[in-house]
Amino acid sequence: MDEFIYLTFDGLSRGLVYAAFALALVLIWRAARIVNFAQGAMAVAAVYAGYSVTNATGSYWLGFVVALLTGLLLGVVVERVVMRFVDHSSPLNGVVVALGLVLIIQGTLGIIYGNEFQPVQTPFSRDAFEVGGIALLSRYDLFVFAAVGSVVVILTLLFTRTAVGLRMRAAAFAPDVSRLLGVSVGGMLTLGWALAAGVGSLAGMLVVPTELGVHPTAMDIVFVSAFAAAVVGGLDSPIGAVIGGLIVGLLLSYVSGYVDVSVTPMAVLALLVVVLLGRPGGLFSSSKARVA
Amino acid sequence: MSGALLQVDGLTAGYGAAPVLHDVNLTVQPGEIVAVLGANGAGKTTLLRTLSGLVKSAGGRVAFDGADLAGTKVEHLVRRGIAHVPEGRGVVTELTVDENLRLGGLWRRDRADAKKALDEVYELFPSLAQRRTFAGHQLSGGERQMLALGRALIGRPKLLLLDEPSLGLAPKVTAHIMTLLRDLRERTGLAVLLVEQNVRSALSIADEGVVLALGRVVTRNKASVLRDDADLRHAYLGF
Repeated sequence: MDEFIYLTFDGLSRGLVYAAFALALVLIWRAARIVNFAQGAMAVAAVYAGYSVTNATGSYWLGFVVALLTGLLLGVVVERVVMRFVDHSSPLNGVVVALGLVLIIQGTLGIIYGNEFQPVQTPFSRDAFEVGGIALLSRYDLFVFAAVGSVVVILTLLFTRTAVGLRMRAAAFAPDVSRLLGVSVGGMLTLGWALAAGVGSLAGMLVVPTELGVHPTAMDIVFVSAFAAAVVGGLDSPIGAVIGGLIVGLLLSYVSGYVDVSVTPMAVLALLVVVLLGRPGGLFSSSKARVA
Repeated sequence: MSGALLQVDGLTAGYGAAPVLHDVNLTVQPGEIVAVLGANGAGKTTLLRTLSGLVKSAGGRVAFDGADLAGTKVEHLVRRGIAHVPEGRGVVTELTVDENLRLGGLWRRDRADAKKALDEVYELFPSLAQRRTFAGHQLSGGERQMLALGRALIGRPKLLLLDEPSLGLAPKVTAHIMTLLRDLRERTGLAVLLVEQNVRSALSIADEGVVLALGRVVTRNKASVLRDDADLRHAYLGF
């Protein structure tokens, strides 16, 4: 029972990171109908930027802010300079270009920082509190909860309560109609990429210290889990991304705790197969509304 | 003709290499309703999409309110006073009625008037007011058309480009919309360029008719003349 409780909290903490990362994928999918396979590499680049600043100044928080800003900026650059010019007549084009970006970003980071894992500091202790002898969660886990929770709340408010959010949703659903109503669809697309890449770099900042450290390929495995989370939730659904992230996090935690860490990739694959067989659009797909 | 609200001269446009419109000329005066008629594939929808810039023109000149429209971005069209309600009604089906309507006024600097215009639309279409929180896909065809029309009116346009408002609607609903357009014109001086396959309905409210066939203007005349021209109706309009 103790182990179950511990694994549950650990799974939720990991799951929230996957949720944030999946949310980033969903944001871009909704805005541009591209699965951004470069999300992981972009996030790592942002983490390296934060890591450099933290090392130079000794301030974790300064590095944290720089990482998020770098993420936002990378999103803008990738959309304006690369993705805008991709011919979207075949969905594969965007994927191939994104994979090319991964190679470029990871190669560049390797040249600058070297292809070794470098330890990254955390702002809070990762030692778990014990309640009645059961290890529950650490201060760092609480930080993850708060950070991802804030992002979810902020994004929800942005999309449902503000004029910009309304423009972004309209531009994604009906670009031509939105332009006729005076919405700068191109601008909304750039904003969507910036937000998504910002959220992705937050996920990177949260997850990298809990693994082996920062490395050009540090986010590859996280990307796989988060992509699974996004697909399980339904690529179209932000709520689905969050729930999907939690499901994947819990699954990975239980499987690695009760079976073995080496089995976790298979567990993710099995989850994908089961969900896609049962509900091909994902658990929270809204494709019905689209058809009608 | 000076003083025209919309002046189209020699407009040519198309998709890729094949032009759809050839040397189209037409004029819309302030407060005038002009019907663009013609069979399927005559180029009616392409004409509207070219006027609003969704399709690039390959030649010719379009002047609105005395100024050339060339180079005006699609998203700046509403600011010039042109509202385009595309075919298939253009309701964003994932958004609610209220969100669709607010979307129509987001570009406006005059927030107070945008709010006032929103209230007026709800007054004009009480059935929309009852369905504020419904998603677009939950509305009937007629309600969607009213929503798209209402949303266009929130921009207080001078010219409405209206594509097939009767498409898929019951005759009674179509008649209601046509009456509404006539009332709007009388009340606000709104000019309408109305693309229709439903020739009878369109000519019942139009001042002028333009008949397109295979992308060319074959006739421009008073709507009352077109209504009574049996040969023309047989040749191009199919009734």
